[in-house]
Amino acid sequence: MHVIAQGLITEDNPPHLIGGRERDTGRVVFPCPTGDRYEQVALSRTGTLWSYTIQRYRPKSPPYKGPEAFRPWAVAYVELPGEVIVESRLTDIAFEDIRIGMPLELTMIPLDPDAADPVMIPAFRPAGDAA
Amino acid sequence: MSGDVCIVGVGIHPFGRTDGLSGLEQGVFAVREALADAGIDWPQIQFAYGSSDAAGNPDTMVERLGLTGVQFINVRNGCAAGGSALFSAQMAIKSGEFDIGLAVGFDKHPRGAFNALPSEYNLPEWYGDAGYMITTQFFAAKIMRYMHEHGISQTSLARVANKAFRNAVHAPHAWRREPVDMETILEAPLVSDPYTKYMFCSPAEGGVALILASEKKARELGKPLVRLKAATMRTRPPKSFEVFAPSIDIGGGKATATQIASADAFRMAGIGPEDIALAQLQDTECGAEIMHMAENGFCKDGEQEAWLAQGRTEIGGSLPVNTDGGCLACGEPIGASGLRQVYENVVQLRGDGGGRQVPGNPKTAYSHVYGAPGVSAVTILER
Repeated sequence: MHVIAQGLITEDNPPHLIGGRERDTGRVVFPCPTGDRYEQVALSRTGTLWSYTIQRYRPKSPPYKGPEAFRPWAVAYVELPGEVIVESRLTDIAFEDIRIGMPLELTMIPLDPDAADPVMIPAFRPAGDAA
Repeated sequence: MSGDVCIVGVGIHPFGRTDGLSGLEQGVFAVREALADAGIDWPQIQFAYGSSDAAGNPDTMVERLGLTGVQFINVRNGCAAGGSALFSAQMAIKSGEFDIGLAVGFDKHPRGAFNALPSEYNLPEWYGDAGYMITTQFFAAKIMRYMHEHGISQTSLARVANKAFRNAVHAPHAWRREPVDMETILEAPLVSDPYTKYMFCSPAEGGVALILASEKKARELGKPLVRLKAATMRTRPPKSFEVFAPSIDIGGGKATATQIASADAFRMAGIGPEDIALAQLQDTECGAEIMHMAENGFCKDGEQEAWLAQGRTEIGGSLPVNTDGGCLACGEPIGASGLRQVYENVVQLRGDGGGRQVPGNPKTAYSHVYGAPGVSAVTILER
């Protein structure tokens, strides 16, 4: 799998996002910053939707590396209980069915669904009863 | 220095798009207008602070205004740039070093959303590659959470835009001066849910100049005394939720730079939110005005729904907000935007607001900016 960047997800199957735990305070952030202040920590694969929006226009390039042909996508903030709220794509759900508080789980999706060897990015999809 | 720092001259170059005129030239235009308003000439200016984010070094305007050797310091401080220039100018007079000086801000941004790169914000490249370096995305996600927690409706968002364009009809310096009805605002294409295209401001152009003087100097000039009772600039506390955030602390999003800047400004001025007659609150999008009503202490979270339905923030309401249409109607030239709010407050306190004048002879006015990466600046004026 061709992931968009190194150090974002663990090599487990299925993978976890890699966060950083600040050694002094225990505060968890994502992604894990470089340097000694943070130690890597595998984050929970499940959480709940904290907030979201729909990206309705194609972001400017640079820096955006998604496909030229644009289809709107959902972007989410997902609360991983007791850890941190992470920003990610939201997938496998109709926009009108999205609800704050819904249970979600981590997956990986292609940045360009039509690419032959697509770059993969983290996303969350409905989990449990909502799936 | 005894007494207050006073604003004795104001000038503005209309906001919006002015082809053929650079940002700096719009700043010079505003300075000349402010000098005329104060009844002084450029050589009398003892110092200047200038802010511009994307339109060049403000101090180069001495070539246009006169090579008097004046001290001229450039300020670049994100969305708080104008507020920081004003704060610095105020301190220069308060220190007793100077009697009269200038705070000027101008900008000229390309069309479309601001184009930010991850490296400018200490973020990894993948964050931009994936399509997250977008201010509108952040603003939308922020208000979506706030609406969920505090029962704010999309209709309330539309009321803010509707009011902005109505107020701007009477503001000659505003950019978008045509009223837009509620239905048109709500049914326009979504940019980032829940915001339609009328609910975001646009990057723009414009220039604003303010001339500040000691109270003694202001009396000599014979100007009505508009006193700068407080000017604060503050940065973010822990657990804030800012633009370009790959992660947020659990329980985050409730503490903001605005709350700190606001509380400190009220403390300095020795008055409270209930004493303010009108306010200019950062409204880069409709929800910002709504959230900032609470963050600045004017109401509690959630009360905005009723306030807006009752028209309490209209020109004739109990707390008129964004009397010139704010960023929504004026656009946002970053370096000038915070100073525009203070310009508008001076106009209102002098009673020169024409069709947008707040009735009842207002004596106090409040201004507030907020922006990336978690900065806020507040002023309180008193007549």
